[in-house]
Amino acid sequence: MPERTVILNAPAIQRALTRIAHEIAERNEAGNEVVLVGIQRGGVALAQRLGHLLSGIWGHSVQVGKLDVSMHRDDLDQRVAPEVQPTVIPFDVTDKTVVLVDDVLYSGRTTRAAMDALNDFGRPKRVQLAVLVDRGHRELPVKADFVGKNLPTAQSETVRVHLAETGEADEVVLEKELP
Amino acid sequence: MKSSSRKNSHEWEAERLEPPPVPDLSGPWRGTGRFSFSPPTPPLPAMSWNRKHLLDIESLTADEILTVLDTARAFKAVGERAIKKVPALRGKTVVNLFIEPSTRTRISFQLSEQRLSADIINFTAEASSLKKGETLKDTARNLEALNADFIVIRHSASGAPHFLARVLNASIINAGDGAHEHPTQALLDTFTIREKKGRIAGLNITILGDVLYSRVARSDLWALTKLGAKVTFCGPSTLVPREFEQMGARVTHDVEEAIRDADIINLLRIQHERQRKTMFPSLGEYTSLFGLNKDRLARTKPDALIMHPGPINRGVEIDSEIADCPRSVILEQVTNGLAVRMAVLFLVNGGKGPQEISA
Repeated sequence: MPERTVILNAPAIQRALTRIAHEIAERNEAGNEVVLVGIQRGGVALAQRLGHLLSGIWGHSVQVGKLDVSMHRDDLDQRVAPEVQPTVIPFDVTDKTVVLVDDVLYSGRTTRAAMDALNDFGRPKRVQLAVLVDRGHRELPVKADFVGKNLPTAQSETVRVHLAETGEADEVVLEKELP
Repeated sequence: MKSSSRKNSHEWEAERLEPPPVPDLSGPWRGTGRFSFSPPTPPLPAMSWNRKHLLDIESLTADEILTVLDTARAFKAVGERAIKKVPALRGKTVVNLFIEPSTRTRISFQLSEQRLSADIINFTAEASSLKKGETLKDTARNLEALNADFIVIRHSASGAPHFLARVLNASIINAGDGAHEHPTQALLDTFTIREKKGRIAGLNITILGDVLYSRVARSDLWALTKLGAKVTFCGPSTLVPREFEQMGARVTHDVEEAIRDADIINLLRIQHERQRKTMFPSLGEYTSLFGLNKDRLARTKPDALIMHPGPINRGVEIDSEIADCPRSVILEQVTNGLAVRMAVLFLVNGGKGPQEISA
């Protein structure tokens, strides 16, 4: 049984997302050009929540898509084939500001794959990255524009993000295997 | 396997059956703590696919078949984009070894491989040195020397793909072996039925025609019965022997009975080239007794769909206007074939690697 430490509870997750939404609004004043794309699977629900918060701030609806990066991963021949989730981007990303949304930023490899995958849908004007937790240990030159919580971790630890959308209580947990 | 977690995780409804005996896939990488790779993705959902080859349908579990179908759905979406190519097999080499003539399957595999960014070598019966007396084993060893990662093989001898799987390191995909199996055809048929009907379980599926020589009939039977459909084989008694009942099919020689309750009518081509002697008096007689015409179509369920693996013989097993009617999904089968073959290549690529996850 791993040791569990709750890093963010439900109100803390909500506060973090509200702050990220305001930061996105501050950074992108012409809000009508901003679209959100959640990375499967953890980023999808977060992108939808940010979309609601941003439409409240801007007073108009914000388009939200979801992106699966399995086919663009760089480790496909080193592992069992990943489960492919749907990619649904029902709008043109060309000349938009696309905010990629993910739950945890770790090696940066998923973000790289997501940028490649996004390229197949058009040429965004700019791409920004929003994550709920940045746990460090980057293996690629990737940096998030918007971070809910910076969390120093050891590589042996696991960060788990549970969200109401997947049938669990909102919670970010750090798990440590006991020796 | 974690079929329950897959069920929840799916945004596209996936009808999961309790799989029949599932092989123990709990390889050394499960429950060891090393599984805690996973930056952004939550604990990697263990895919129900650990195979390096696709040799037949008979040995697959229901869960494995559904994994291919689910994966194919994502690849079908890729084919509908402006940019229809993904880098999943970048740097990999695929050999298409078509010892028996084939046009549509070969073209479908080629385009699938290109859409996955693989490099491709095509061997065909006419051009290959097998015509010059080389054995399959020697051909295979030459392919190995090219460092092929995947070999897609079509061969007139049943079991040829299994043989290659034993002697080579490459992943082998069976593109049709003799009268044995044609796994990707069965997967694309199953995909098409599921997409159109929303399910497989409980459907009545009639396979009508030259069943005796048909690898499609055998592979379809395995795939569809594993997913809970009822499969009926129908045709002249010389082409549809009772022995198929032992494989789980219902056998009838009465076409009216076979089509009356069918949700799907899958027509098979009369394979002149495989018939060693005449199995029925004439094509004309076959058409009048078993061909699908307007009158017979009127006696089917109004929502019954017409399928055919192609190439169709208009005016023999199917009336020309029926082949083109709205209930015919023959061309959709072709489109879905690409998605299913991309999914198979994608999955066996993962099955090649060490069965362990590392960051």
